[in-house]
Amino acid sequence: MARVQLQSLSKQFGTTDVIRGVDLDIADGEFVVFVGPSGCGKSTLLRLIAGLEEASAGSIFIGGEDVTHRPPSKRGVAMVFQSYALYPHMDAYKNIAFGLKMAEASAESVDQRVRRVADMLQISNLLDRRPRELSGGQRQRVAIARAIVREPHVFLFDEPLSNLDAALRTQTRLEIARLHDDLGSTMIYVTHDQQEAMTLADRIVLLNKGRIQQVGKPAELYRRPATRFVAEFIGSPPMNFLSVQIEGGAATLATGERIPLQTQISGAVDLGVRPEALALAEHEAPASLRARVVHTEDLGDACFVHASIADRSRLVARLAGDAAVPSKGQSIYLRLPSEGLHFFGRDGHRVG
Amino acid sequence: MTRRFRTVGLGIAALICTAVLLFPLYYALLTSLKSGSELFRVSYWPGEIDLSSYARVWSEQNFARNILNSVVVAFWVVLLSMTLAITASFALGRVRFAGRKTLLYAILAISMFPQVAVLSGLFELIRFFGLYNNLASLVLSYMIFTLPFTVWILTTFMRDLPLELEEAAIMDGLSSYVIVRHIFLPLMAPAMAATGLLAFIAAWNEFLFALTFTLSNEQRTVPVAIALITGASEYELPWGSIMAASVIVTVPLIALVLVFQRRMVAGLTAGAVKG
Repeated sequence: MARVQLQSLSKQFGTTDVIRGVDLDIADGEFVVFVGPSGCGKSTLLRLIAGLEEASAGSIFIGGEDVTHRPPSKRGVAMVFQSYALYPHMDAYKNIAFGLKMAEASAESVDQRVRRVADMLQISNLLDRRPRELSGGQRQRVAIARAIVREPHVFLFDEPLSNLDAALRTQTRLEIARLHDDLGSTMIYVTHDQQEAMTLADRIVLLNKGRIQQVGKPAELYRRPATRFVAEFIGSPPMNFLSVQIEGGAATLATGERIPLQTQISGAVDLGVRPEALALAEHEAPASLRARVVHTEDLGDACFVHASIADRSRLVARLAGDAAVPSKGQSIYLRLPSEGLHFFGRDGHRVG
Repeated sequence: MTRRFRTVGLGIAALICTAVLLFPLYYALLTSLKSGSELFRVSYWPGEIDLSSYARVWSEQNFARNILNSVVVAFWVVLLSMTLAITASFALGRVRFAGRKTLLYAILAISMFPQVAVLSGLFELIRFFGLYNNLASLVLSYMIFTLPFTVWILTTFMRDLPLELEEAAIMDGLSSYVIVRHIFLPLMAPAMAATGLLAFIAAWNEFLFALTFTLSNEQRTVPVAIALITGASEYELPWGSIMAASVIVTVPLIALVLVFQRRMVAGLTAGAVKG
């Protein structure tokens, strides 16, 4: 009932194209995360759905109805802002109730709804406090409560966790996921944090320069990135890339090193390999590259080895935490796996 | 050691400033408490306290009426200026439209004309509206100088209110009127207290327009009434009465400042945004 459809949606600010022809179909009850680097248009896209920005072209359907030219309050959406945007001079109760009161709902039903939502978010004991007397996490809950109380079909979240500290962020992330399970409403969530995107999303929409790069389940974006941009953006540390020429089942690096591969592809491509797919070898082996250790980062549960190969490009390998860590300056061999390699054409699109 | 020295130095500097600022008022108070030939002897300490000047201010003319006139004029000037300024500042600070900057500077430009320059034109205007010798003429003309600064100050405040606050209100389905009245207005209370007070003081102390646009003593405001206080003969300036009247009309201003002091300082937006 609250399916959200975007049809060749575009937005220009002056002469700048911010959103360039976005088509997207979000199913009822789905949790979709818009992710991308800053300036990719993810927030603008959310604001277009909210109605805070007017679309330059294209249309927006919510629950099957064309809402492109409707004001925000007539779209059945509610939004949680990055800065929470609570009304500073009202206590938490009034903050939650104010919109309903002005919509002339009966005082009794307003009170009932506010109390129920406050219960749900465990802020019943904070209702008489003003925003400045609340902690960041508590303000966030009040902001979410204010959105929920309107009983919208679609929830919009604009980087709601970026003002919280790391511990609180993880906790609130779980609560938002639980909230989605409880309410079953469609949720659209904007973040620049790929970890938030991976953990929360049913589907991720990865944007760059106003265009959708890839839409898919988190695992899909990780395992089968459609473009080199997606491959670089998802995963930390990012995927390693080698510029190679593939011919007759072997890749040749610019420096002349040859690596035998099991692939049907041929031509000039970027070969991508995730840090955890690289294995360490002390002796030369087939499909391995000679490298020098530049730096190591021991995280306890894992160790990142940064190494430079013959053409001076850097590779990162992720080793298990209990593996023997090579020392800086040491000569090592990095072995490429036979599977889990990604190939991208010179235009950035995946091949093979 | 140096820190203590600085504290003492600052204290002395503050004392000197306060003394310079307060001396005229102090001297007025001192003069108002003298009578007869005592008035013309320079002294800096209160001697015999004589309240006869105060009694004369009330008995020799309808001074209460003058005060009431001033209160009525200042009240309406503040009310109308605030209403117009808050709505104007919403448009100028929050709505994007062509010529916004031009309009802002035009408003500022109005306040640059000296009063004398607009006096005769304004007089014609007031005659045209049939407001001569009517307090409404003062309310109208005072807004010429109160509106520019109220609009400017409130526009600056309005512009600084977080945009997300307005957007949250829009998402809540609130109309522009409700946003201004119930969200922005309470947040701007400190700014409004400050600008309202300045407008009140400006209207309370205005002399030239008040002198020109009123005729009878029943319509005069306090500054004009004080200036027109006359002694027993035309060669005598009744300093005692003038000073007593001046002290009387200063008291409401001081009281107002004390009342609104806390509001003006209160930073209501603290904690409005972010963590």
